[in-house]
Amino acid sequence: MTEPQTKDIIQNGLWTNNPALVQLLGLCPLLAVTSTVVNALGLGLATLLVVTGSNIAVSLIRNFVTESVRLPAFVMIIASFVTCTELLMKAYAYELYQILGIFIPLIVTNCAILGRAEAFASKNPILPAALDGLMTGLGFLGVLLALGAMRELIGHGTLFAGMDLLLGSTAASWEVTVFPNYRDALIAVLPPGAFIGLGLLIALKNRIDSQVEKHRSTQPETVDPGSKRVRVTGYFS
Amino acid sequence: MLTTGRIMQWVIAATLPGLLALTLFFGWGNLINVVWCTLVAMGTEALILALRKRPVTFFLSDGSAALTGVLLGLALPPLLPWWISLIAAASAILLAKQLYGGLGSNLFNPAMVGYALVLISFPEAMTTNWAQPLALLDEAPGLLDTLAIIASLAEPATIDGITGATPLDVYKHEIGSRLASTVTADPIFGDGIARGWEWVNLAFLAGGLFLIRLKIITWHIPASFLGALTLMTLLFGYDPDQSVPVQMHLFAGATMLCAFFIATDPVSAATSNKGKLWYGAGIGILLYIIRAWGSYPDAVAFAVLLMNFAVPFIDYYTRPRTYGHRKPERGLPS
Repeated sequence: MTEPQTKDIIQNGLWTNNPALVQLLGLCPLLAVTSTVVNALGLGLATLLVVTGSNIAVSLIRNFVTESVRLPAFVMIIASFVTCTELLMKAYAYELYQILGIFIPLIVTNCAILGRAEAFASKNPILPAALDGLMTGLGFLGVLLALGAMRELIGHGTLFAGMDLLLGSTAASWEVTVFPNYRDALIAVLPPGAFIGLGLLIALKNRIDSQVEKHRSTQPETVDPGSKRVRVTGYFS
Repeated sequence: MLTTGRIMQWVIAATLPGLLALTLFFGWGNLINVVWCTLVAMGTEALILALRKRPVTFFLSDGSAALTGVLLGLALPPLLPWWISLIAAASAILLAKQLYGGLGSNLFNPAMVGYALVLISFPEAMTTNWAQPLALLDEAPGLLDTLAIIASLAEPATIDGITGATPLDVYKHEIGSRLASTVTADPIFGDGIARGWEWVNLAFLAGGLFLIRLKIITWHIPASFLGALTLMTLLFGYDPDQSVPVQMHLFAGATMLCAFFIATDPVSAATSNKGKLWYGAGIGILLYIIRAWGSYPDAVAFAVLLMNFAVPFIDYYTRPRTYGHRKPERGLPS
């Protein structure tokens, strides 16, 4: 098995294999809580913490857990990290914890996390696994933030409202009122807005990808004279 | 032979009696809305077609975007601020039609997607700002006054005086605590069913019968829709002292507009005749359920959209038998 390249891990987690835009995993919390930026940031950070932690733990035990019991073991590990995160949020961001409600415990059932544990962490050493968890989490967080900003902007005409719930009282003044005297467009805050917004984000990503592809295919391929390099388009596992 | 463009023109022509009745009884609002929504719908269609590098004039001249605009203008509250109608018409074309691939590929009725979107977004403007019948006003707003109201330039006080909830809405909320005779004493109910609304519905009924006569639509969807709605009302709302009576369900809301012009959209409705019967009946049942037990005053948009979801399922089970072939194994017993 070839060692996965650091660059590939970063690119996969953030873009090529983004959990929210490409794998379409973990959509339930993604659609449910992204009504504002602060909710999105809260859930995104919690997920980031859990996926990184569980990837490290799963990678550590990968040689001791047999094939037949691996899934219960992974779920136990993920559930422990979710419990830790939940207790942390209760202690330091109680109001946000109350807003996010059931979706914090439900991170356990986020298939993106179990997916990374099964597909990557259980087959790779600890450092790549940690990096993969971090990048997957960041990719998820990025989509959450984009969707949250879109929905907050269209729904309430503001950005970063109530950031003090997560980041302490200094962040209370961060609220930006983009459109003064805005008539709230409830559709963006309600579930249909989440679906429409995510659909538009996926369309945007596919559009960017196809443009990049088009741009690349029109460029003449430059090969250094005398280069013996073999092009590798992927790695086998 | 009828082309798409010709069919759309006939449908638009058939809405004219209804538009005339709306203008006579409720003022200039709907006429302005129809013009405005049509312009926005066609503009959006042209823009998206150009972005998608499709022939603009070819698709624009089929009149489907114009019809979406006309239907929205007829369905929206007459004195709705211009920007809400703009959002409704633009998102109808953009989200419900062009993103799915244009005419013929849309799963959902575009006009109703636009309507539902603004109804969910701006519930107050969409439910309590209906124009009152002109006969009840001391001074009917003229064309310019109406334009000023729609352009959001008028004083809010002048708007409050001439708008309110629809008769269907008023009846539903008042009947819980009062008897039918005292509720209908409110002048918005007039002498008949609901002042103005009864004539509007009759006009749409006439236009719809004209379309059936021209064989542009078939009788299946309107008949099963109105039949199911009547049956549901007789089953669950037979007592006018407790719930909205059947004549108000049929003639006081958007019922006739829905029956002949919205539910019969050939793209998003079921295909076979048997399927159309199920589809229309489903809309009638859902319409009654949402009107009677839901919190929205009227429910045409939701009922139609929910049945649009069911169309692939209905089409699958009601595929007609091909000549020379035996009845397929699956399907509903006929």
